[in-house]
Amino acid sequence: MTALLEVTGLSRQFGGLTAVKDVEFSVAEGEIFGLIGPNGAGKSTIFNLINGVLAPNTGRVVFGGADITGWAPYRVVRQGLARTHQIVRPLNDMTVLENCVVGACFGRDDMPLVRARDMAREILDFVGMADRADTLAQHLTIAHKKRLEVARALCARPRLLLLDEVLAGLNPTEVARMIDVFKAIRGRGIAILMIEHLMQAIMSLSDRVMVLNFGAKLAEGTPREVAEDPAVVEAYLGDPDIARKLMENG
Amino acid sequence: MFGVLASMMDGVLVGAVYGLAAIGLTLIWGVMDIINLTHGAMIALGMFGLYLLFGHLGLTPYAALAPVAAGGFVLGVVIYWVAVHRVIRRPPLMSLLATFAVNMVVIGLGTAVWSTSPYNVAFSVPGITWHGFTFTGAHILAAISSVMIAGALYLFMRFTRLGKAIRAVASNRQAAELMGIPSNQVLAIAFGLGIGLAAVAGGLIATLFPFTVLSGDDYQLKSFVVTVLGGLGNPAGALLGGLVLGLIEGGVTPFIAVSWTPVIEFVLFVLILIAFPQGLFGRRAER
Amino acid sequence: MRHPMFWLILAVTALFAGLPAIGGDVGLRETLFLAAVAIILASNLNLMIGYTGYVNFGNIVFFGLGGYFGVWLTVVQGWPLVVAVLAAGCAVSVVALLFGLGILRLRGAYFALATIGINEAVQALVSNLDVWGGSTGIYLSVAAYQALGGARQALWIVYFLVVAVMAASLFLSWRIRSSKFGLGLFAIREDEDAAAVLGVNPATYKAAIYSISGFLPAAAGALFFFKNGVIQPDQAFDLTLSTEAIVMLMLGGQGSVAGAALGAFLYEQLRGYLLTSPLFSDFHLVVAGLLLLGIVLFVPGGLMGWLTQRWPRLRGKLE
Repeated sequence: MTALLEVTGLSRQFGGLTAVKDVEFSVAEGEIFGLIGPNGAGKSTIFNLINGVLAPNTGRVVFGGADITGWAPYRVVRQGLARTHQIVRPLNDMTVLENCVVGACFGRDDMPLVRARDMAREILDFVGMADRADTLAQHLTIAHKKRLEVARALCARPRLLLLDEVLAGLNPTEVARMIDVFKAIRGRGIAILMIEHLMQAIMSLSDRVMVLNFGAKLAEGTPREVAEDPAVVEAYLGDPDIARKLMENG
Repeated sequence: MFGVLASMMDGVLVGAVYGLAAIGLTLIWGVMDIINLTHGAMIALGMFGLYLLFGHLGLTPYAALAPVAAGGFVLGVVIYWVAVHRVIRRPPLMSLLATFAVNMVVIGLGTAVWSTSPYNVAFSVPGITWHGFTFTGAHILAAISSVMIAGALYLFMRFTRLGKAIRAVASNRQAAELMGIPSNQVLAIAFGLGIGLAAVAGGLIATLFPFTVLSGDDYQLKSFVVTVLGGLGNPAGALLGGLVLGLIEGGVTPFIAVSWTPVIEFVLFVLILIAFPQGLFGRRAER
Repeated sequence: MRHPMFWLILAVTALFAGLPAIGGDVGLRETLFLAAVAIILASNLNLMIGYTGYVNFGNIVFFGLGGYFGVWLTVVQGWPLVVAVLAAGCAVSVVALLFGLGILRLRGAYFALATIGINEAVQALVSNLDVWGGSTGIYLSVAAYQALGGARQALWIVYFLVVAVMAASLFLSWRIRSSKFGLGLFAIREDEDAAAVLGVNPATYKAAIYSISGFLPAAAGALFFFKNGVIQPDQAFDLTLSTEAIVMLMLGGQGSVAGAALGAFLYEQLRGYLLTSPLFSDFHLVVAGLLLLGIVLFVPGGLMGWLTQRWPRLRGKLE
């Protein structure tokens, strides 16, 4: 297994509070890696530390062989590591297509406008939003805004995609559609690191899962291993039956 | 040496008035995130208000401060509903322009009425002489008035229901509304207070220096400097900032030409804004 | 290059250059001269406010500094006018880059305040600079116009140069708008942090556009004050003029090339009318203020915004 992303000893404090404590994990090429844990466990902070929105106090982030610890976000994405936001941040007064063109233009390939436009159209088609291309982003529904986040990140031609609770707030139909998108992304050979609260979805999609509690790693392994880990059951899942049901349904 | 010291002390007296003016500006910023560009025009109106009350009704300048403040408050509430209410929480450009538009209108009308020639309030109070340096009574009384008004504002904000409501709206408007505070009325009152303070400060400045309709702009810029020194949105910092600015003005006057003072002030202003956007005196008031 | 905008800009430039030249109409030339300067200021301000979302309230500092560099280079140093104008543009762009690296870390209202501070600081500093004549400024003698073939001819030459700078401003606005650079600026305007996560380098982009947006106003300032015959600090760094440029932009519609130009043209005509009308001459500030307030409260998108709101299909066509 060649590690695409390798995180070691990652920590970050806010004032007296340790949000992330000595976290270590790696994501392989083409893998889907799930990050779960209760609210406030430090999941989004880890994303922010990886893509450079925040600088870690200690620890290293190595991506594709390059040490990207503390790089500014715009350099990280050009390296091939794109992300979505938990709270969507569309470029409101620009069209859906323009949003995606920004992603393509300034992504890994540093494309000229014309090629970026082709790329953006192709990706919009891929996520099923081609018919919305000329809509202003601010006029989209929340489900479409979430999908735009994913499309925009994909336009950067990432090798690894960080998805921050993309499924939250979607209805079951939309969730099913989005999961199809995730599978298609993996089909393109793009690795995914995802935060999700929908246990069923994350357990069925992920190759491996890491459980975070109070900023520290609680467990890591295949979904089955994690779901049966007594520490996880106690801290997070609560009831052993839930774990069993999760795996059966998945 | 005494000359320098005395000049600095005199500067502090004037600085208290700058501080009072800046409190008006910073209060509005702190409560509603609006940089009030009518500030200078309101200072000018305060000057002329005091001038008229003193010249035509014969009130002593210090007694005239009360009607000037009341007039400023009412005008502020009106301006809030006409020009400011609709631009709150819009991009900063909108509120800057809306308040600047009001500034243009007021200054335009003021110029038509009073032209741009200088006026002054001829009222003298015996001063105090110390080692051959005279602190004029006007400077002393202006400083005392400023500190008293600032103190009254502090008590008002701290201990009255309305003051608490203003602080609540400033720190979290939505939560305040959920608690049943009518935030629009509270914002209007806060804006009125800010304008009232600007007007009173203008009135006090009129007792110190000659002025024209356009003088307000200079003091508005000084208020910016003071506000940035003290931290945007921090009234106590503004008063301190005013004293510091006065101290600097008084301190450098004996050494360099007066024309260099604004250079120092504005370079300081930009540098502090870049290096300490929260002001020199601690954190910006919680919002 | 067959885009309609290209021809539109060319046509406007031809009209500006041709109309007064044909009949030798000096009055019309003076009117259009002011309109062209207004268009230059508003168009370049648009690069900051409309494209990047940063309110440069002290934008007039570029114009004033350019005026000082230009006048000083021609009058005191004896440089040819065109060279001096270009040099003024370059000098101001460099200065703007230095200022920008400092103040562009600030956002929103803090940035707007800092630009006011810079304008005031520069004005105060120039008032004390003896090489630039201190508070009395620099006066041009008639001899300064001799190199251009006398005062009469010099005024025409300056006019055509200003029209050229106006054309350059419009082309610049248009080209940036349809470039990758422009796209990055728009992304910064909408959400700077999101733009950075998408790969835009905000610091570089902002510093670049701030510097670029200073070049042509500086050139215009050099020409304006050369023609004016005198340059003084309070006139060169007049914050009211700075705000009037914002009013023009708001009137036409920020973010739009045609909007900025149209707003500047209309505002300048209105101002000319108000200043000469016996009824309004005392109240021109009042009327302008009410106009501005009306725009801000009721049509914040300006003329172009209003048009595209009524007819959304125009959105793609107008630019």
